[in-house]
Amino acid sequence: MGRYIIKRFLMMLMTIFIIATLTFFLMHAVPGSPLETERTTNEAIQANLEKFYKLDQPLYVQYFDYMKSLATFDFGPSIKDPNRTVNELLERGFPISFELGIITIIIAVLSGVLLGILAALRHNKLLDYGAMAFAVIGISIPNFVMATLLIQQLAVTWNIFPPATWKSPMHMVLPVLALATGPMAIIARLTRSSMLEVLTQDYIKMARAKGIKPVRIVFRHALRNAMMPVVTIMGTLLAGILTGTFVIEKIFAIPGMGKYFVDSINNRDYPVIMGTTVFYSAFLIFMLFLVDIVYGILDPRIKLHKKEGDV
Amino acid sequence: MTQIRDDWFHPLAKDGDEKETVVRPSLSYWKDAWRRLKQNKLAMGGLIFLGFLALMAIFGPIFSPHSVTIQDLPNQNQPPSSTHWFGTDESGRDVFTRTWYGARISLFVGLMAALIDFFIGILYGGIAGYKGGRTDAVMMRIVEVLYGLPYLLVVILLLVVMGPSLMTIIIALTITGWVGMARIVRGQVLQVKNYEFVTASKSFGAKTGRIIRKNLIPNAMGPIIVQMTLTVPSAIFAEAFLSFLGLGIQAPFASWGVMANDALPVIISGDWWRLFFPALFISLTMFAFNVLGDGLQDALDPKMRG
Repeated sequence: MGRYIIKRFLMMLMTIFIIATLTFFLMHAVPGSPLETERTTNEAIQANLEKFYKLDQPLYVQYFDYMKSLATFDFGPSIKDPNRTVNELLERGFPISFELGIITIIIAVLSGVLLGILAALRHNKLLDYGAMAFAVIGISIPNFVMATLLIQQLAVTWNIFPPATWKSPMHMVLPVLALATGPMAIIARLTRSSMLEVLTQDYIKMARAKGIKPVRIVFRHALRNAMMPVVTIMGTLLAGILTGTFVIEKIFAIPGMGKYFVDSINNRDYPVIMGTTVFYSAFLIFMLFLVDIVYGILDPRIKLHKKEGDV
Repeated sequence: MTQIRDDWFHPLAKDGDEKETVVRPSLSYWKDAWRRLKQNKLAMGGLIFLGFLALMAIFGPIFSPHSVTIQDLPNQNQPPSSTHWFGTDESGRDVFTRTWYGARISLFVGLMAALIDFFIGILYGGIAGYKGGRTDAVMMRIVEVLYGLPYLLVVILLLVVMGPSLMTIIIALTITGWVGMARIVRGQVLQVKNYEFVTASKSFGAKTGRIIRKNLIPNAMGPIIVQMTLTVPSAIFAEAFLSFLGLGIQAPFASWGVMANDALPVIISGDWWRLFFPALFISLTMFAFNVLGDGLQDALDPKMRG
């Protein structure tokens, strides 16, 4: 186990290093200087600005400086808004985005698993068909469409929930619902199919023969094994939810990290795009690392030191 | 001790041939898969819808008397009527016509992304799986690192650098998208290459290229096709998502994602048709590909062959 964790950890550092390097060189491949504006600036001012952002240095010096500051969790300044740094944006926006993401994941996992179990227990009955129809529709509707539908129906027409911002639990209902539907549908489908498989296995029959109550069989004996595929796909779901926060925050005018990121794309604020991408990637890669480890803990049958040939 | 005499033996009547003839036509793997797919009504519904969509994407704009790009300001934001079936947008352009143009672009992006992923994935995964050993280990280590990169973030970065256009969107989507396909191809090839018929092929002196083309690929095709059907909707979704961030196809042309994004400011004022039609077609297309992919997964699974 220890060796596995160390190996995964090194792998994670490697991936973060690659994404940081990739980001740096891609951003410097953009034609023109990031300082260029429509207004013509005085040459001396331009030179001073370049000196301030160290753009007058050779590329490799800039690269090492950048990597050095990344290692100390300094994600650099903003060019369009000189009084701000990416770190300040992160401090202000990230807690909100994190809150949105965490609530979404909890809702999606709980309701998805529950729906999947119910569908599996009522296999080929009305509830099963209903749940799976709901799941396929949930997967097919993009989250931004879901968000606008919810706003239009529940906020504008019926006036039940506030349509935008992030202030009270009431404000959270619509964005979380819009973001959670897709992942919930995927989890429900996965849980259902793996639950169906697990329920036919001998150890479940054995448990039933021993007279254990059905509820206990499902939650104690079947669920743990049925959850494995769900844990496997958690990484992909996390990535989806994370990128989903960009659009959801834009639509609901939530002042989170995603909104700053989208703004920085629209303003072509390269240092901010660079800083946020690296931060997001590192965060996501770290989450994938955690998922891997949870997977290893949950399933003792998995050989943690994998041999070549079994991916 | 009796002697064995010839007249003990006489030939059997010639009715044996009839029992040997095959009554039912033999089903190849593909015919059998098609038969099973046809039984799945939902998947067939998806297939028919996609056929309809492809036809409308090609011929839809021809039937419409309205232009996709020419603005008609007096007629802006009209609700659906007999002249404008799906209404008009803020520049007075016909939403019906634009929806089919959007279908062209969205389907093109989806299909191209799936095709390019397919070719790169087959090549890379095929070589890694077939060669095995150190080649495989090195190639898969690279894939593992690429797989860890957050897909949409890389796509966003590339588009910021290259500038959004139809070509750059497809490039950005495939540059990291092929990794998933390569993993699946490799897994399949690893499994198939140990079968006896591959050994037989080798003992006849078939070259690597021939074995990959004739033995490995056809037998590994099931999961690969399923993966392709699932790549198309995810590419269409990614394109819509990028349009939503302002990194999509540029005006005056429009994909469904661009149309949905443009419709956002007016949705509150009650101009529902602006969002409804592109959103409906994105959702229906993703739905159709998803149910078709599910159906194919069952139909192509050799374990399900009865």
